[in-house]
Amino acid sequence: MLIAVASLTTLGLLLGLFLGVAARRLAVEGNPLVEEIQAILPGSQCGQCGFPGCAGAAEALASGSAPVTLCPPGGRDVVAALAAKLGVEVDMSGVKDSGPTVAEVREELCIGCTRCFKVCPTDAILGAAKHIHNVFREACTACGKCVDACPTEAILLRPVPVTLQSWYWEKPEERLAA
Amino acid sequence: MKLFSRFKPQGGVHPDGRKDLSADRPIRILPMPEQLFVCLQQHVGAPASPVVQVGDRVLKGQLIAAGQGNISAPVHAPTSGRVVAVGDYPAPHPSGLPMPTITLVPDGEDCWAELDVPADPYELAPEAIAERVAAAGIVGLGGAAFPSAVKLNISRKTGVQTLIINGGECEPYLTCDDRIMRERAAEIVSGIRLIQRAVGCREALVGIEDNKPEAIAAMREAAKGSAVQVIAVPAMYPMGWDKQMTRALIGKEVPAGGRSSDIGVLVHNVATAYAVHEAVVLGRPLIARLVTVSGAAVKIPCNLEVPLGAPAQALFDYCGGYAEVPARMVMGGPMMGHEMPNPNIPVVKGTSGVLALTHKEIGQPVPSPCIRCSTCVRACPVGLLPLEMAAQIRVGDLAASVDIGLKDCIACGSCSYVCPAHIPLVHYFNYAKGELAAKERAKLKQEGTRKLAEARTERMERIAREREEAARQRAARKAAQEAAKKAAAEAAAAAQQESTPA
Repeated sequence: MLIAVASLTTLGLLLGLFLGVAARRLAVEGNPLVEEIQAILPGSQCGQCGFPGCAGAAEALASGSAPVTLCPPGGRDVVAALAAKLGVEVDMSGVKDSGPTVAEVREELCIGCTRCFKVCPTDAILGAAKHIHNVFREACTACGKCVDACPTEAILLRPVPVTLQSWYWEKPEERLAA
Repeated sequence: MKLFSRFKPQGGVHPDGRKDLSADRPIRILPMPEQLFVCLQQHVGAPASPVVQVGDRVLKGQLIAAGQGNISAPVHAPTSGRVVAVGDYPAPHPSGLPMPTITLVPDGEDCWAELDVPADPYELAPEAIAERVAAAGIVGLGGAAFPSAVKLNISRKTGVQTLIINGGECEPYLTCDDRIMRERAAEIVSGIRLIQRAVGCREALVGIEDNKPEAIAAMREAAKGSAVQVIAVPAMYPMGWDKQMTRALIGKEVPAGGRSSDIGVLVHNVATAYAVHEAVVLGRPLIARLVTVSGAAVKIPCNLEVPLGAPAQALFDYCGGYAEVPARMVMGGPMMGHEMPNPNIPVVKGTSGVLALTHKEIGQPVPSPCIRCSTCVRACPVGLLPLEMAAQIRVGDLAASVDIGLKDCIACGSCSYVCPAHIPLVHYFNYAKGELAAKERAKLKQEGTRKLAEARTERMERIAREREEAARQRAARKAAQEAAKKAAAEAAAAAQQESTPA
């Protein structure tokens, strides 16, 4: 009887100690899902979803309080990736996706007020006071913040021009014989 | 000595060759067109950058655009004349989008620039041969247009046992490789010897399809007394695919996603070997190539030696114009070539043929549903499942098609050719490859912009922090100053009080 009590007590103590150590050593910091979702989002912190940047949006998505269709610059691809990650069904018909776009400054309207490049989250606009501004296409995420900031409506979002490097065959039409 | 290959090729189809249209026409030289449109990207890799300006007079063979980066090729003036434009011109590409192009007006004198001719080309160091090949702007003339010097350098470093010279020319209609082997066999063998020396390999095999007996005879005659072996391989499409040729000649298969050099093999086209001879022995850069002009809509099909940059229309005009209005103009062969958006598209280094085809030749049947007959599976030279891949792409599941080998597809068109339901299988694969590449580019861009956004956030935080710090320091300084002033005032007041007698 004494041996049984002693051995069970020792066992309990040892296992408790092991669990305690394991909880410290193998602790998970934060929710890994949030980080995975953040990797899918564009990361330009444009705030169009209504959350403070992509980290906020990722937390809301992970907790299920935001729809997967929240990210306008991400387009259909991001919606599909988020739906797959979170395992939810999504109706893609409501998602607007006009294909990739970039901002373009209309030089005849630009007054060089510098407001656009102060709001650009990726430093994609180049310019100085009273000089015409311009957009680095490679850095632009088409988040649209500059469009809202421009007082003369000189910035538009235009489809990315097709070049020899980016052109590819369209999907074949499904035109079957009757 | 091996006369016939012992190994069985995989898959493949046997389209109607139609080579009789032009096979017996000797090579003729195209008279210099009025204008040449020399594209700056006639090769795989980075486009060449122009080194001439509008108005410059250039000599035949003079460098007009230098190669950029590791994988690129320089471009030379095909004749002497004046540069009239450095700008964009419709590219020899299915999209017809503009490409940087140098427009040259020939002066009719065809005056060569000074050429660097080595005393004994066969005694040059291997590195020197590769250097000369690079400087001559030679690219794979079979159609892939990969810079040849890059292949030579990789092969020299990794060590190659077998050099395979590809004389397959399996595309229907095309006969330019057949003609070059019949008429310029000695030069090809000389080029093969130079390539062998450049990569340091002893064995050299020339594979020629058995439907070209004259070419085989001419090459055997020229190769007599050298280490070069000429081997007949069965005629089938795509025998001219380098990996199929390798399998047919030495029975080895290149691993998926690998290169020929992984199994100790280097493959070059016969026309490339000829260009290497011209470049190393005669010092002439690649400025012209043989082009087959054929198709039932062409009055007199023939094989022409064409300066690079000649518009396709000039070739058709020289061949007597059209016998009837062509239904489709194709650059390259009918299986892997692409439709020309207009006949003024210029000839580039990779152009093996220009075809004007009639309605009867192209036929545009309407696709019907797949009946899963698996004819395409038997036809695929890579051993893929075209019907499955196309079905997955059709419903948008590109990842699944990659899992079963989309990336290994060489877009040879065998599956589309045999499909009894006329499903545009290769069109699906080309679309999917393009879509995947676009996704990859978008991902890279997203990674780049994410870094930019992070850098900006960090910078904004730093500026705010510094501002706060500066404000704090200012406040502290002001407080110190005020304290000092107050102390001084108090001291002054105290002094005044002291000096004033009570």
